[in-house]
Amino acid sequence: MNKKERVERAERAKGKKAALGEDIAIENFTAGKEHEEHEPLNSLDEFPEKYQQDLLNAGIEPSEKGRSGSFLQRDCSVVFSAAKFPGLEIKSTTDALKDHDWLNEYFWRAVPVDADKYTAELELDEDQEQTNGYFIRSEAGRKVTMPVQSCLFITTEKIGQKVHNIVIAEEGSELHIITGCSVAHAVNSALHLGVSEFFVKRGAKITFTMIHNWSRGVEVRPRSAVVIEDDGTFISNYILMTPVKSLQMYPTAYCVGRNARATFQTVIYAHGDARIDSGSRAVLQGAGSRAEIISRVIATENAKVVARSDVVGEGENAKGHIECQGLMLSDTAEVESIPELKATRRDLVLSHEAAVGKIAEEEIQYLMARGLSEEEATSVIIRGFLNVDITGLPEALARETKKMFEMSLEKVV
Amino acid sequence: MLEIKNLTVQVGCREILRDLSLNIERGEVHVLFGPNGCGKTTLLMTLLGFPNYKVTRGSVRLKGVEITTLPTNERVRLGLGMSFQHPPEIRGVKLGEMVNIALGRKEGEIDSEVVGLARRLNISVAFLNRDVNLGFSGGEVKRSEILQLLAQSPDFIMFDEPDSGVDIENIELIGEVMRELLDRNKMPSRREKAGLIITHSGSIMRHLNADRAHVMLDGRIACSGMPDEITRNVMANGFERCVELCKTGRENKEGLE
Ligand SMILES: Nc1ncnc2c1ncn2[C@@H]1O[C@H](COP(=O)(O)OP(=O)(O)O)[C@@H](O)[C@H]1O
Ligand SMILES: [Mg+2]
Repeated sequence: MNKKERVERAERAKGKKAALGEDIAIENFTAGKEHEEHEPLNSLDEFPEKYQQDLLNAGIEPSEKGRSGSFLQRDCSVVFSAAKFPGLEIKSTTDALKDHDWLNEYFWRAVPVDADKYTAELELDEDQEQTNGYFIRSEAGRKVTMPVQSCLFITTEKIGQKVHNIVIAEEGSELHIITGCSVAHAVNSALHLGVSEFFVKRGAKITFTMIHNWSRGVEVRPRSAVVIEDDGTFISNYILMTPVKSLQMYPTAYCVGRNARATFQTVIYAHGDARIDSGSRAVLQGAGSRAEIISRVIATENAKVVARSDVVGEGENAKGHIECQGLMLSDTAEVESIPELKATRRDLVLSHEAAVGKIAEEEIQYLMARGLSEEEATSVIIRGFLNVDITGLPEALARETKKMFEMSLEKVV
Repeated sequence: MLEIKNLTVQVGCREILRDLSLNIERGEVHVLFGPNGCGKTTLLMTLLGFPNYKVTRGSVRLKGVEITTLPTNERVRLGLGMSFQHPPEIRGVKLGEMVNIALGRKEGEIDSEVVGLARRLNISVAFLNRDVNLGFSGGEVKRSEILQLLAQSPDFIMFDEPDSGVDIENIELIGEVMRELLDRNKMPSRREKAGLIITHSGSIMRHLNADRAHVMLDGRIACSGMPDEITRNVMANGFERCVELCKTGRENKEGLE
């Protein structure tokens, strides 16, 4: 698809409301060009002191210790990017487009440009170079075992932050990404639109651990998709523990190759009046491809959460499993769990288990019989509920992720 | 150590225990027999203070303290402990974590102390890392329960069928640890602990050399006596008949006096 065609399709989708989630008036938020550019930084710890804690909360290590590369976008300006590992590339997508002629072909290959008005908005905005986002790529055969970190940060009131991220793990390579999204305390209202397209080439692996650390006034519409080739692996861990105004996303993994594998693990703790519609989808096209979708949702106060999951089995001997569980901590909260399976041939296996309920009295009593108070018992159960064992990460990253998870958890229980 | 006086207990709207009285002194171990559904587990759950078990009459004292209305964790703090017949599964909470909780630690790794305790029950580190009771076999549940008690080290310990579904080798193992938990290896005058054990087999009881046995029928203690005698009677004649014999025996004795 050439540029002209893309723009045409985007133009046509400009008014197309998203199928899911409340409609957001994009025009109520300001575009990047209306604000001054933020100055680039020489290192991450130059980022203003008052935001350092928010960086940490989003899993970002300001010292860059233990990271093979870093990327930071503030509002609409990329203020820092650095790769410390040979064979690793990390920079703004805008810059990457200038460096690589071939990159154009990757745009809108996984996510349709005319999916809805948000994707259309990004394409039309890209024209004016207001978008940025990160480009991360590991060269063929390079195993970048130390994680790469990237952060998208909002500091300006009423801004509409738009990013287009492209992540490519070339053949036989390995990439581990920690990405955090965060917002300054002073911001009462903002919009984040993010398109992320992942390409896992033959025999490659990407793990993607994302912490959303938004606030009560932020509306979030990520649009993500993954294309996984033969023997490729994609693992996503998504953590949302802090408040958000509204979030709607439904990332899709296309397991196109033989034995392609996708795993989505989602942990959501919904507060206040949050409106969250979050799902994961896997399309198993390759023979022997596999997907596992695991989600844990806790709803408190008046939060409303729709937890979706969908596996489509098309390839021979494909295998998919969904496990979604919801925990209700309030009578005014709502959780709607919607697991879907679709099979289009005989020789495949798709399954799901789903449950929503309150904390079992029995479990609390059992813990009290070992000496805990009721509150302590409740907190142990909540922690346990959210504690999905993240598999497939290198040991150091697993430890790191555990730490990030604990940190997020500390804020709620 | 434990004094139960005229205890009547309702579960839902049903009265399960009726006017039940029982005394267990420091240093003693009692065994409770009875057919399925007669109320044995209900008694233990009531003693633990689980809210579904409503005491409508009577009282319970532990170490002289009136505990009838105390919440479970306060009873536990006073020294009460229990091994459950059917403990719940808790997703994401590891057995090792339960052991740490039983040890009274707020947070803790599965360290050498935990591993050491587990080894005594033939429980591996891998097993300590499993979600508690999730997919445990019958015998594994029992060993996990006793491991938690070993960590907790209560003064008055209740065992709800600790030997059901356990193979012979592990019965030995469990019996051994129970002996220790209940101070049975000490001289009778040195024994500080006490316990109440629900069981259907004589083997654990013999292992522990229990002091007294009771037969429960229909929510009451229908007869009490020396463990060997009661076991023999129950084995030979069944619960109902044992109780009848018990009664006539008592009447005969009363007649003689
Ligand atoms: N939670 C409950 N709700 C209703 N009935 C119960 C409950 N727990 C126990 N019961 C009933 O109380 C009676 C005694 O049960 P239980 O104490 O478990 O017997 P045992 O341990 O002697 O086999 C049974 O008839 C059982 O069905
Ligand atoms: Mg029972």
